[in-house]
Amino acid sequence: MTTSHVTPSSLSSVASARTLSQPGTALLGNGLETRGVHAWFGKKHVLSDITLDFAAGTVTALIGPSGCGKSTFLRTLNRMHEFIPTAAMAGEVLLDGKDIYAPGIDVTKIRLRVGMVFQKPNPFPSMTIGQNVLSGLKLAQIKNSNTDDLLESCLTRAGLWNEVKDRLGEHGGALSGGQQQRLCIARSLAVEPQVLLMDEPCSALDPGSTFRIEETIADLAKTMTIVIVTHNMQQAARVSDYTAFFLSDGGPGEMIEAAPTSSIFSSPQNKRTEDYVTGRFG
Amino acid sequence: MNKVIPAPQKPWQPTFIDKLEDFSILVGSLGVAGAIVKFTGFNGKLGYFFAFFFTLLVANFAFHFLKRGMQAAKDSILQVLTAMAIFVTLIPIVSIVATVVSKGYKGLHWGLLTKDMALASVNDPIASGGLLHALVGTIIMVGGALIISFPIGVLTALYLTEINGKLARPIKFLVQAMSGVPSIVAGLFILSSLIYPVTKALSGLMGSLALTILMIPTIARTSEEMLRLIPNELREAGVALGGTQWRTVAGVVLPAAKSGLVTAIILGVARIIGETAPLLLVSGGGDSLNTNPTSGAMGSLPYYIWKAFLTGGTPEAFARAWGGMLVLLSFIFILFGLARYLSGRKVG
Repeated sequence: MTTSHVTPSSLSSVASARTLSQPGTALLGNGLETRGVHAWFGKKHVLSDITLDFAAGTVTALIGPSGCGKSTFLRTLNRMHEFIPTAAMAGEVLLDGKDIYAPGIDVTKIRLRVGMVFQKPNPFPSMTIGQNVLSGLKLAQIKNSNTDDLLESCLTRAGLWNEVKDRLGEHGGALSGGQQQRLCIARSLAVEPQVLLMDEPCSALDPGSTFRIEETIADLAKTMTIVIVTHNMQQAARVSDYTAFFLSDGGPGEMIEAAPTSSIFSSPQNKRTEDYVTGRFG
Repeated sequence: MNKVIPAPQKPWQPTFIDKLEDFSILVGSLGVAGAIVKFTGFNGKLGYFFAFFFTLLVANFAFHFLKRGMQAAKDSILQVLTAMAIFVTLIPIVSIVATVVSKGYKGLHWGLLTKDMALASVNDPIASGGLLHALVGTIIMVGGALIISFPIGVLTALYLTEINGKLARPIKFLVQAMSGVPSIVAGLFILSSLIYPVTKALSGLMGSLALTILMIPTIARTSEEMLRLIPNELREAGVALGGTQWRTVAGVVLPAAKSGLVTAIILGVARIIGETAPLLLVSGGGDSLNTNPTSGAMGSLPYYIWKAFLTGGTPEAFARAWGGMLVLLSFIFILFGLARYLSGRKVG
């Protein structure tokens, strides 16, 4: 799907058809906030001064052309950024008001609470479908007496239960790409994260699978905070409550505009945002 | 824009306090280990090592348990175990290098690389004679073996990975079995199949051929593993551009595997450069410089070391042997360092 022939009015009508989620119910925590986040790879400054709040129980889409730092930003949110040896950062990322980069913070606990779904489906090849879903429990050493119920509820929430309930013992590689990606979503749900980060989760999928995953996202947003990176404008309009537009003009990526999704697509405040969402460039 | 850009930080790296804590645990464990050796039945280097090892394990576990809980404590056990494994691996390496250097430097002198042993005996004063003939012999025979076995090894690997024909499985099995052939057997094979019936004379070339038999399996197996790491998408992309299989392999697959192939060469050379037994059988062991691989006995560094140890008996002979080892070791280090440097450089 390309964005070039989509008129702004059709996107804004899609976006405004959603009812805005009300942020901040106590059950879901206080959400995720970033304060002046910068990122570097070696000497290269790739992300500059991002201050953005993700209220609990909302879906936020990060959009922008390739290389604008959205994925890097996403990876600073659960401390995956530091996996790259040359990486450095500055600023604060607050989960329930506490900086996840503060000294003494246990990074594995952070990643347990802030889950991630990757661009390419990556089910563990040595495990069956069922083992894949429950793998997080083993890896994080969480005890759960009722794994059958958990298995069913995770796969149901990921929209995959009906397709795989009779073949839980098969290997994950036997599934189609879209099913594999939903398996990965189910896997990340099993450890009950507060926040789910999704890095272009549908970019390798056909429209049918994409539709199923978007349904899943809408469903999940009731119980968790979701941040999704996407190149697909319609997807951003369909699934998100808030949208942030990132752009790099050769220098580090910056956040040009962040607002409720309907206003980003109907009345963007910045000329460059308007150009991008209407497909005039990028 | 006059925005203030903060300094890049790496908040995930251990702080000074963390390092200080780790260091105190290390020093503390050393102290406790010392006390254990002093006041209990433990003694000697081994006792000290085990006392230190277990103290460190327990201290680290307790510290991380108190600081961050059970999971972190279990993690710390693995960290101590890996650190200890590295330590244990380094002991023999460091010990060998240190011994060779400390004993070998006495055997060094200015003529070492310019003279041969044609007119000197191993028991003569160090300054007479040298190991030029041995170094040249090693270079010629190992180089010759490399020139023959690299193409054969890589082509075998290409057959196994790219062509993958019906014979792939039996060949893979044979190559694997061949890598276990004792080196003396390779020497005897050349002796009985080429020297006795055909050439009826020892030569450097025969030495190269014996070494080739030992080298091919190593190069073929390593290259095969390296070629298997190249993703199939690259092959498909090459073929989809209209490349023939040969052009795709030569232009895309092999360049992508370049550093792996250098590893194959290094492992292959490492397999044969210290071989003594097969060379004794098929290239004899000359004491004078011989640069013609097709005729006459040819010396080699391992042979030079062997002869000085076995036929000498004087301090001079032992110094010669250790000096030969130092030269062989330095030669290997320089060679492998060069290979890594050349393969690590970005091409164009």
